[in-house]
Amino acid sequence: MSTPRLNQRTSSTDTDGTGMRARGQYKVFLGMAAGVGKTYRMLQEGRGEAYAGREVVIGYLEPHDRVETTLQAKGLEVVPRRRVTYRDTTVEEMDLPAILRRAPELCLIDELAHTNALGLEHEKRYEDIEDVLAAGIDVFSTVNVQHLESLNDRVAELTGIHVRETFPDSVLASADEVVLIDLTPQALIQRMREGKIYPQQQIEPALNNFFRIENLAALREVALREAAEDVGSKRLAGEASGTRDDSLAADAPQAVGERLLALVEPYPGAQRLVRRAWRSAQRLGGELDLLWVRPPGPKIPRDQMRALAALRQLASVLGATLLVEESDDLPAAIAAVARRRGTTYILMGSARPARGLARVRTPLPQRLMQLLPGVDVRIVADRASRKGDDKP
Amino acid sequence: MSTAAVVALVVAGICVGLAAGYWLPPHGLRPSRNRPRPVRRILLPFTGQEISRRAFEAAVRLAKAENAVIMPAFLAVVPKSRPLDAAVPLQCAKGMPLLEAIEQRAESQGVEIDARVAPGRSYRDAVRQLLEEEQFDRIIISTTDNPRAGLSSDDLRWLLERVPAEVMILRPAPDDTRRISAAGVSGHF
Repeated sequence: MSTPRLNQRTSSTDTDGTGMRARGQYKVFLGMAAGVGKTYRMLQEGRGEAYAGREVVIGYLEPHDRVETTLQAKGLEVVPRRRVTYRDTTVEEMDLPAILRRAPELCLIDELAHTNALGLEHEKRYEDIEDVLAAGIDVFSTVNVQHLESLNDRVAELTGIHVRETFPDSVLASADEVVLIDLTPQALIQRMREGKIYPQQQIEPALNNFFRIENLAALREVALREAAEDVGSKRLAGEASGTRDDSLAADAPQAVGERLLALVEPYPGAQRLVRRAWRSAQRLGGELDLLWVRPPGPKIPRDQMRALAALRQLASVLGATLLVEESDDLPAAIAAVARRRGTTYILMGSARPARGLARVRTPLPQRLMQLLPGVDVRIVADRASRKGDDKP
Repeated sequence: MSTAAVVALVVAGICVGLAAGYWLPPHGLRPSRNRPRPVRRILLPFTGQEISRRAFEAAVRLAKAENAVIMPAFLAVVPKSRPLDAAVPLQCAKGMPLLEAIEQRAESQGVEIDARVAPGRSYRDAVRQLLEEEQFDRIIISTTDNPRAGLSSDDLRWLLERVPAEVMILRPAPDDTRRISAAGVSGHF
């Protein structure tokens, strides 16, 4: 899967009209795990560019002793690594100054999330790449999805492994192209068993830990989603800067930033509404806030305190935010929170039957629609009381 | 009948109507107050995407007999590298639909539900934290033949030794194939 190009590809000899070299084009090969073939594909495309007559060099390559990868690199010019010594340890790192001096048209740089040894120009390799791009050199690079900063916690939850080498999401967002290298978990495990990824002694431990099928399936889903979101956001950005109606473009980015507000009260039944709201938030790819508008007055009774603690716990594991506001004007308090939080959806349970004068008042959903034009209000049905749903 | 008497009757009628309107909910029926609020609490912890129907039915039977509320608790394991209050959406994606299915089924049988989500570093830790925060009269746990699923035998021993509540452990039975799973959720969830 590849994102559409925003601009026509520029040669590194192009200028931006000021006599300076324009920023290079940046292409990232994204994968779900080691061994899917990111580096191989990067080299393959690099060779294609070289055959087409472009000046291509390998800035940094991590072949991991994989025969197929090494063969793909054969014949391409390599900028030698530099040796860096820190506290009696010598490591080999990418030679950024040498690449800038060499100034090729295209530079292939593996593993953009890598952390450099101390004492080099930058702490992280993606920062080195920024310098290369700024010099007008096109860059092909590789990375695994678990290194993305925003996915770090999710990956830790999935695999139990906390990835230390991360890179900001903005790096991927700024790439001109993101190419997803996809492989089914079964095929990747087969490659692993055939010794194409790690040496023999590392295969069994890897299969028993990170390379379990459920981990890989989940990471694959994350990678596919990331690539899809990249395609979507670039399409929207393209429309915004292009020929489509400005108002449509202005609305488009908002459409991907849904924020749901579920109105709750601390009693056991409220959890059902929270669960439904969370599922809706997941489907919309949005954030979820929970709001209890507490009437001003005496201490909260013990039962409510317990239910509130349970709601707080639920909110925390779901990644939602529980807000408690004290007010005797329910619609005004909800509207104020919705404006402050940028809410796009309000979810509420069906109201208790009104009594006395309350019957002549405008119902809460209508009041909210008056106060918050443009915000959807959804009343969540109590499915437990739906007839004919009983299962044996 | 004099005009004054007619006016008085009309005013009285309006007053009676307003009073009835104020006190009675729409449909003319007060909610029944005959049913006492449950006082006993039965904990039904679970870890995966399904629970044994036997365990659930045992909880429902006891809840009805003892006028108790069932507290299904989804145990979530938070990796040590993350704070205990961190979100665990992937585990929730499995646990929440099951919680919904349990709640729907129990309510259809007239049993009150008060669900919990208990995060911990392990299943045992999640149960321990839950027991520190709340009191329960009974705990119902169904075991499985799968050593990798749910609470281990060590966890069960720990529960029996440490928990100040009646613990009912349902052993796996060969014919116990009936499960309650997320697929049992009624309607769109």
